[in-house]
Amino acid sequence: MTAIFVRKPVQQLILPALYSLRSCGYLHTMAKCGPVESIIKNKLNEALQPSHMEIVNESFMHNVPPGSETHFKILVVSEAFDGLPLIKRHRLVNTTLDEELKTGVHALSIVAKTPTQWSENPQQMESSPACRGGFGK
Amino acid sequence: MLAATRLLRASALRSVSSVRWCSVRVGSKEYFDDLVAQKKVVVFMKGTPNAPRCGFSNAVVQILRMHGVEYDAHNVLEDETVRQGIKEYSEWPTIPQVYINKEFVGGCDILLQMHQNGELIEELQKVGISSALLEAEIGQGDKSDK
Repeated sequence: MTAIFVRKPVQQLILPALYSLRSCGYLHTMAKCGPVESIIKNKLNEALQPSHMEIVNESFMHNVPPGSETHFKILVVSEAFDGLPLIKRHRLVNTTLDEELKTGVHALSIVAKTPTQWSENPQQMESSPACRGGFGK
Repeated sequence: MLAATRLLRASALRSVSSVRWCSVRVGSKEYFDDLVAQKKVVVFMKGTPNAPRCGFSNAVVQILRMHGVEYDAHNVLEDETVRQGIKEYSEWPTIPQVYINKEFVGGCDILLQMHQNGELIEELQKVGISSALLEAEIGQGDKSDK
Protein backbone atom coordinates (compact mmCIF):
# COMPACT_ATOMS: atom_id res chain seq x y z
CA MET A 1 0.00 0.00 0.00
CA THR A 2 1.40 3.34 -0.94
CA ALA A 3 1.59 6.02 1.70
CA ILE A 4 1.11 9.47 0.26
CA PHE A 5 2.10 11.91 2.94
CA VAL A 6 0.44 15.21 3.57
CA ARG A 7 3.09 17.42 5.03
CA LYS A 8 4.63 20.81 5.14
CA PRO A 9 7.99 21.03 3.37
CA VAL A 10 10.79 21.81 5.82
CA GLN A 11 13.64 24.00 4.63
CA GLN A 12 17.06 22.86 5.75
CA LEU A 13 20.40 24.39 5.10
CA ILE A 14 22.37 21.51 3.70
CA LEU A 15 25.30 23.16 2.02
CA PRO A 16 26.17 26.83 2.48
CA ALA A 17 25.02 29.04 -0.36
CA LEU A 18 23.18 26.21 -2.05
CA TYR A 19 19.78 26.61 -0.49
CA SER A 20 18.10 29.68 0.88
CA LEU A 21 16.34 29.45 4.21
CA ARG A 22 12.71 30.06 3.52
CA SER A 23 9.57 29.49 5.50
CA CYS A 24 7.02 29.07 2.79
CA GLY A 25 4.08 27.97 4.85
CA TYR A 26 3.02 25.78 1.96
CA LEU A 27 0.81 22.84 2.91
CA HIS A 28 0.35 20.15 0.34
CA THR A 29 -2.88 18.20 0.59
CA MET A 30 -4.55 15.55 -1.49
CA ALA A 31 -7.56 17.85 -1.94
CA LYS A 32 -5.37 20.43 -3.67
CA CYS A 33 -3.61 17.94 -5.91
CA GLY A 34 -3.62 19.35 -9.44
CA PRO A 35 -4.25 17.33 -12.58
CA VAL A 36 -0.58 16.97 -13.51
CA GLU A 37 0.32 15.92 -10.00
CA SER A 38 -2.46 13.34 -10.07
CA ILE A 39 -1.15 11.92 -13.31
CA ILE A 40 2.38 11.79 -11.90
CA LYS A 41 1.14 9.97 -8.80
CA ASN A 42 -0.86 7.46 -10.80
CA LYS A 43 1.87 6.75 -13.32
CA LEU A 44 4.53 6.25 -10.67
CA ASN A 45 2.21 4.03 -8.65
CA GLU A 46 1.53 1.89 -11.66
CA ALA A 47 5.11 1.69 -12.93
CA LEU A 48 7.05 1.40 -9.68
CA GLN A 49 4.60 0.19 -7.02
CA PRO A 50 6.34 2.37 -4.44
CA SER A 51 6.15 1.50 -0.75
CA HIS A 52 6.46 5.20 -0.01
CA MET A 53 6.11 8.26 -2.18
CA GLU A 54 6.00 11.99 -1.72
CA ILE A 55 5.24 14.51 -4.42
CA VAL A 56 5.67 18.21 -3.86
CA ASN A 57 4.64 20.81 -6.38
CA GLU A 58 7.44 23.37 -6.09
CA SER A 59 6.19 25.59 -8.88
CA PHE A 60 5.37 28.31 -6.38
CA MET A 61 9.12 28.68 -5.79
CA HIS A 62 9.71 29.71 -9.38
CA ASN A 63 8.88 32.53 -11.71
CA VAL A 64 5.71 30.96 -13.08
CA PRO A 65 2.01 31.88 -12.83
CA PRO A 66 0.20 30.89 -9.62
CA GLY A 67 -1.31 27.45 -9.79
CA SER A 68 1.31 26.17 -12.23
CA GLU A 69 2.37 22.56 -12.23
CA THR A 70 5.80 22.90 -13.78
CA HIS A 71 8.30 22.10 -11.06
CA PHE A 72 8.06 18.99 -8.91
CA LYS A 73 10.09 17.26 -6.27
CA ILE A 74 9.50 13.53 -5.95
CA LEU A 75 10.60 11.01 -3.37
CA VAL A 76 10.04 7.42 -4.46
CA VAL A 77 10.83 4.33 -2.43
CA SER A 78 10.55 1.18 -4.51
CA GLU A 79 11.97 -2.28 -4.87
CA ALA A 80 12.22 -1.51 -8.57
CA PHE A 81 15.37 0.44 -7.74
CA ASP A 82 17.16 -2.55 -6.21
CA GLY A 83 20.57 -3.01 -7.80
CA LEU A 84 20.23 0.07 -9.97
CA PRO A 85 22.73 2.94 -9.85
CA LEU A 86 21.36 6.43 -9.27
CA ILE A 87 21.31 7.43 -12.89
CA LYS A 88 19.29 4.39 -13.91
CA ARG A 89 16.81 5.01 -11.12
CA HIS A 90 16.31 8.54 -12.29
CA ARG A 91 16.00 7.41 -15.90
CA LEU A 92 13.28 5.00 -14.79
CA VAL A 93 11.31 7.84 -13.28
CA ASN A 94 12.01 10.11 -16.26
CA THR A 95 10.80 7.46 -18.67
CA THR A 96 7.64 6.91 -16.66
CA LEU A 97 6.90 10.63 -16.77
CA ASP A 98 8.20 11.17 -20.31
CA GLU A 99 4.95 12.62 -21.59
CA GLU A 100 4.64 15.08 -18.72
CA LEU A 101 8.25 16.19 -19.13
CA LYS A 102 7.61 16.88 -22.80
CA THR A 103 4.40 18.76 -22.34
CA GLY A 104 4.55 20.89 -19.24
CA VAL A 105 6.77 19.72 -16.42
CA HIS A 106 9.85 21.86 -16.58
CA ALA A 107 11.86 20.54 -13.67
CA LEU A 108 11.81 17.25 -11.83
CA SER A 109 13.88 16.75 -8.71
CA ILE A 110 14.09 13.09 -7.81
CA VAL A 111 15.04 11.14 -4.71
CA ALA A 112 14.95 7.43 -5.50
CA LYS A 113 15.55 4.93 -2.70
CA THR A 114 15.17 1.24 -2.17
CA PRO A 115 13.04 0.15 0.80
CA THR A 116 16.20 -0.94 2.62
CA GLN A 117 17.85 2.43 2.11
CA TRP A 118 14.70 4.19 3.22
CA SER A 119 14.31 2.12 6.38
CA GLU A 120 17.96 2.75 7.29
CA ASN A 121 17.64 6.47 6.80
CA PRO A 122 14.14 7.82 6.42
CA GLN A 123 14.78 11.44 5.61
CA GLN A 124 12.59 14.43 5.36
CA MET A 125 12.65 15.73 1.85
CA GLU A 126 14.52 19.01 1.55
CA SER A 127 13.18 21.61 -0.78
CA SER A 128 14.95 22.39 -4.02
CA PRO A 129 17.33 25.32 -4.52
CA ALA A 130 15.83 28.77 -4.88
CA CYS A 131 14.99 29.96 -8.36
CA ARG A 132 17.57 32.30 -9.86
CA GLY A 133 15.98 33.62 -12.94
CA GLY A 134 13.32 33.49 -15.55
CA PHE A 135 11.22 30.62 -16.64
CA GLY A 136 11.88 29.04 -19.96
CA LYS A 137 11.53 25.63 -21.43
CA MET B 1 61.51 32.63 -43.33
CA LEU B 2 61.01 30.41 -40.28
CA ALA B 3 58.64 32.94 -38.73
CA ALA B 4 56.64 33.11 -41.95
CA THR B 5 56.40 29.32 -42.06
CA ARG B 6 55.16 29.21 -38.52
CA LEU B 7 52.57 31.87 -39.29
CA LEU B 8 51.31 29.95 -42.30
CA ARG B 9 51.14 26.70 -40.35
CA ALA B 10 49.19 28.34 -37.51
CA SER B 11 46.77 29.84 -39.97
CA ALA B 12 46.31 26.48 -41.63
CA LEU B 13 45.55 24.84 -38.33
CA ARG B 14 42.98 27.49 -37.49
CA SER B 15 41.47 27.09 -40.93
CA VAL B 16 41.18 23.33 -40.49
CA SER B 17 39.62 23.91 -37.13
CA SER B 18 37.17 26.39 -38.63
CA VAL B 19 36.27 24.04 -41.44
CA ARG B 20 35.71 21.28 -38.90
CA TRP B 21 33.30 23.42 -36.92
CA CYS B 22 31.58 24.69 -40.03
CA SER B 23 30.90 21.14 -41.16
CA VAL B 24 29.40 20.11 -37.83
CA ARG B 25 25.82 21.19 -37.35
CA VAL B 26 25.15 22.90 -34.03
CA GLY B 27 23.06 20.60 -31.88
CA SER B 28 24.04 17.43 -33.71
CA LYS B 29 25.50 14.37 -32.07
CA GLU B 30 28.93 15.17 -33.48
CA TYR B 31 28.65 18.69 -32.10
CA PHE B 32 28.07 17.42 -28.58
CA ASP B 33 30.64 14.65 -28.99
CA ASP B 34 33.17 17.42 -29.57
CA LEU B 35 32.01 19.54 -26.65
CA VAL B 36 32.03 16.79 -24.03
CA ALA B 37 35.49 15.75 -25.17
CA GLN B 38 37.01 19.22 -24.71
CA LYS B 39 37.57 18.81 -21.00
CA LYS B 40 37.36 16.10 -18.35
CA VAL B 41 34.35 17.78 -16.77
CA VAL B 42 31.77 19.53 -18.93
CA VAL B 43 28.55 21.09 -17.70
CA PHE B 44 25.51 22.22 -19.64
CA MET B 45 23.70 24.74 -17.51
CA LYS B 46 21.39 27.73 -17.48
CA GLY B 47 23.49 30.84 -17.20
CA THR B 48 27.19 30.91 -16.48
CA PRO B 49 29.26 29.80 -13.48
CA ASN B 50 29.53 33.42 -12.42
CA ALA B 51 25.84 34.09 -12.97
CA PRO B 52 23.71 30.95 -12.91
CA ARG B 53 20.12 31.49 -14.02
CA CYS B 54 18.68 28.46 -12.27
CA GLY B 55 18.88 27.14 -8.73
CA PHE B 56 19.74 23.63 -9.87
CA SER B 57 22.51 24.91 -12.15
CA ASN B 58 23.81 27.05 -9.31
CA ALA B 59 23.92 24.01 -7.04
CA VAL B 60 26.09 22.17 -9.56
CA VAL B 61 28.39 25.18 -9.85
CA GLN B 62 28.74 25.40 -6.07
CA ILE B 63 29.51 21.70 -5.71
CA LEU B 64 32.18 21.76 -8.41
CA ARG B 65 33.63 24.89 -6.87
CA MET B 66 33.91 23.15 -3.51
CA HIS B 67 35.84 20.35 -5.14
CA GLY B 68 38.04 22.82 -7.00
CA VAL B 69 37.16 21.31 -10.36
CA GLU B 70 38.01 23.09 -13.60
CA TYR B 71 35.33 22.49 -16.18
CA ASP B 72 33.80 23.77 -19.39
CA ALA B 73 30.39 25.31 -18.91
CA HIS B 74 27.88 25.79 -21.73
CA ASN B 75 24.99 28.17 -21.28
CA VAL B 76 22.01 26.51 -22.94
CA LEU B 77 19.99 29.72 -22.66
CA GLU B 78 22.16 31.22 -25.41
CA ASP B 79 21.00 28.76 -28.04
CA GLU B 80 17.70 26.89 -28.12
CA THR B 81 19.19 24.33 -30.50
CA VAL B 82 21.82 23.46 -27.91
CA ARG B 83 19.25 23.47 -25.14
CA GLN B 84 17.02 20.94 -26.87
CA GLY B 85 19.86 19.10 -28.53
CA ILE B 86 21.66 18.24 -25.33
CA LYS B 87 18.48 16.70 -23.95
CA GLU B 88 18.26 14.43 -26.98
CA TYR B 89 21.97 13.69 -26.88
CA SER B 90 21.88 12.52 -23.27
CA GLU B 91 18.28 11.28 -23.36
CA TRP B 92 17.81 13.33 -20.23
CA PRO B 93 14.97 15.82 -20.02
CA THR B 94 16.35 18.52 -17.75
CA ILE B 95 19.20 20.97 -17.28
CA PRO B 96 21.82 21.04 -15.75
CA GLN B 97 23.75 18.09 -17.14
CA VAL B 98 27.18 17.01 -15.97
CA TYR B 99 29.65 15.02 -18.06
CA ILE B 100 32.80 13.44 -16.65
CA ASN B 101 35.24 11.97 -19.13
CA LYS B 102 32.68 12.29 -21.93
CA GLU B 103 30.15 10.27 -19.99
CA PHE B 104 26.87 11.70 -18.77
CA VAL B 105 26.83 11.49 -14.98
CA GLY B 106 23.55 13.14 -14.12
CA GLY B 107 21.96 16.38 -13.08
CA CYS B 108 21.82 18.37 -9.88
CA ASP B 109 20.17 15.68 -7.73
CA ILE B 110 22.68 13.01 -8.68
CA LEU B 111 25.68 15.29 -8.35
CA LEU B 112 24.50 16.38 -4.92
CA GLN B 113 24.09 12.80 -3.74
CA MET B 114 27.47 11.88 -5.18
CA HIS B 115 28.97 14.83 -3.33
CA GLN B 116 27.30 13.83 -0.06
CA ASN B 117 28.28 10.15 -0.20
CA GLY B 118 31.84 10.71 -1.41
CA GLU B 119 31.26 9.15 -4.81
CA LEU B 120 32.08 12.39 -6.61
CA ILE B 121 35.58 12.42 -5.14
CA GLU B 122 36.07 8.86 -6.41
CA GLU B 123 34.76 9.65 -9.89
CA LEU B 124 37.02 12.68 -10.14
CA GLN B 125 40.02 10.61 -9.03
CA LYS B 126 39.30 8.08 -11.78
CA VAL B 127 39.87 10.80 -14.37
CA GLY B 128 42.91 12.20 -12.63
CA ILE B 129 41.28 15.09 -10.79
CA SER B 130 42.10 15.47 -7.14
CA SER B 131 39.24 17.03 -5.23
CA ALA B 132 40.10 20.09 -3.16
CA LEU B 133 37.95 18.65 -0.38
CA LEU B 134 40.03 15.50 -0.28
CA GLU B 135 43.25 17.49 -0.24
CA ALA B 136 41.91 19.64 2.58
CA GLU B 137 41.01 16.53 4.54
CA ILE B 138 44.45 15.05 4.02
CA GLY B 139 46.01 18.33 5.10
CA GLN B 140 43.99 18.34 8.30
CA GLY B 141 44.99 14.76 8.94
CA ASP B 142 48.67 15.67 8.63
CA LYS B 143 48.25 18.50 11.12
CA SER B 144 46.51 16.32 13.68
CA ASP B 145 49.22 13.68 13.34
CA LYS B 146 51.77 16.29 14.30
